[in-house]
Amino acid sequence: MKSEPILQVDGVAKSFGGLNILKNLTFDVRKGERIGIIGPNGAGKTTFYNLLAGDLDPSKGTIHYCGKNITSMPNYKRARTGIVRTFQKNNLLTELTVLENLLLVLQRKEGMGHIWFKRRHRKKYPSLFQKADELLHTWGLEQQTNKVVKSLSYGEQRQIEILLGIATEPNVLLLDEPTAGMSQAETDYIVDLLRKLPKSLTLMIIEHDLDVVFGLADRMIVLYNGEILVEGDPHLVRNDKRVNDIYIGQEADLSASS
Amino acid sequence: MKKGIVLTAAVALLMGLAPFFLSLFHLNLFTEILILGIFSLSLNVLVGYTGMVSLGHAAFFGVGAYAAGIAAKEMSPNLLATLPIALIATIMVAAVIGMFCMKVSGFYFLMLTLAFSQMIYSFIHQSTDLTGGSNGLSGIPAPVAGGIDFSNPVLLFYFILGVFFSVYAGLSLLVHSPFGQVLVGIRENETRMRSMGYNTTRYKYASFIIAGALGGLAGSLYTSFNGFISPIDVYWTMSGSVLIMVIIGGAGTMAGPVLGAALIVILETIVSSYTHSWMMIIGIIFIIFVVFFPKGLTGIAQSIMHRMTRSKSGYKENHSKAVLKKNA
Repeated sequence: MKSEPILQVDGVAKSFGGLNILKNLTFDVRKGERIGIIGPNGAGKTTFYNLLAGDLDPSKGTIHYCGKNITSMPNYKRARTGIVRTFQKNNLLTELTVLENLLLVLQRKEGMGHIWFKRRHRKKYPSLFQKADELLHTWGLEQQTNKVVKSLSYGEQRQIEILLGIATEPNVLLLDEPTAGMSQAETDYIVDLLRKLPKSLTLMIIEHDLDVVFGLADRMIVLYNGEILVEGDPHLVRNDKRVNDIYIGQEADLSASS
Repeated sequence: MKKGIVLTAAVALLMGLAPFFLSLFHLNLFTEILILGIFSLSLNVLVGYTGMVSLGHAAFFGVGAYAAGIAAKEMSPNLLATLPIALIATIMVAAVIGMFCMKVSGFYFLMLTLAFSQMIYSFIHQSTDLTGGSNGLSGIPAPVAGGIDFSNPVLLFYFILGVFFSVYAGLSLLVHSPFGQVLVGIRENETRMRSMGYNTTRYKYASFIIAGALGGLAGSLYTSFNGFISPIDVYWTMSGSVLIMVIIGGAGTMAGPVLGAALIVILETIVSSYTHSWMMIIGIIFIIFVVFFPKGLTGIAQSIMHRMTRSKSGYKENHSKAVLKKNA
């Protein structure tokens, strides 16, 4: 599967004060790839996402997206051009309903954000609401449509966290531990939905649940102490001695964090 | 929904008939409530719907009031001249102040709006030639428009009532529009809104200017009504009063700020005729509301309605959402 690189990360580093969280990351992502990112706590995985999504600026290095330098592009513009992230900790509009959360994503896609003289009502915007209904149906959340997000279970909120990312119809979707805190049934359900995402979507997924990530990814990146320790085919990575050493060494940490 | 329309129509009708059953003193009090109602509605856009707590909203009230007053004295007392001049002046001032205030958020936003409003206060206080300084701007001619002389308090009342209804209707539409929902989204979680692709700074700036412009409109109506404006109405205590109106009434609701304005104006009138320390009474009431009724008057009304209609269960959208989050 050879296609144009959609993301080119070149010599990217990030330090806070004297602490080097990420050191000199370089790799390409091709369109439609499914990349799994693993590594022990503190390896710099989420910081790396912050750099890709524009929530933080790198201390060094450049990021290119579709051949364009986006290193200093603000986060909302990156989201508009198609790099969308989800958050490790649910980051939702918890006082609003599920539908209202989703509508905010969809209305931005439709470029409706500036309309102030028309109520956002089902009768006025039938296609917008229909799209929301369809997505909620696909995700098995139609019972929750009009419920306030904070009243939902953790697993359901986690689902909405991912749904909001996918509803943006991104080109590159950055999932940060999507199944963390979910039950096994919920995890299976989500993994199944992630599998069904269109092949043109480029997916990067940080995950502690190794079964999930090895099942989804066609390339793995193992981060350790802010560097790429191993990169490549999931089978090779799974059998890599260094990876096993890290993971067995961190076993206690892993179970504590999930 | 239909019940709401009937209720709104009944209230509007009652307000329209007010001159027939109110004495002149009470009609003037009502007019003042309407003006301060517009003022607190304007601040509510910022505080209640966008989640940006400003302590400098009197600046816009003052700019609008003085712009209208000076225009009436120096040019023409025609409302078709004074109102647009006041609006343009406040929009310009809000656009400049807003540019700086957008750089910060939360507590720093509050302090910066306070600082800017005090700057405007001292400018008004010191530009004696233009504004009359600490004596205030007096001798403002009564407003006219299209051959109608608004020195008649009943006619002026109807004019102000018309403006009030327009502002109320316009804002009701705005807060439920896609744009208004973006503001609510920013209030709830600005980070998420940015990762959805919203340039939140631009929306906050727009909200700031809308709030400022409507605050200026309230100020210009105040000048037309009062025929006098003094720097006291631009002082930061005025910003505090209007913030109290919004919070006591119920921030993030449409009716709340108006009810808050009514409560404060009525309390002020009644209590101040008995004792000079009426500010203390209002302070105590404010504390009671913040501690026991954080959703304000509309929150109390809603819970009563909820209790009454509990038997007829079913999901109803809860519009009075918690605002003034701890981190704001």
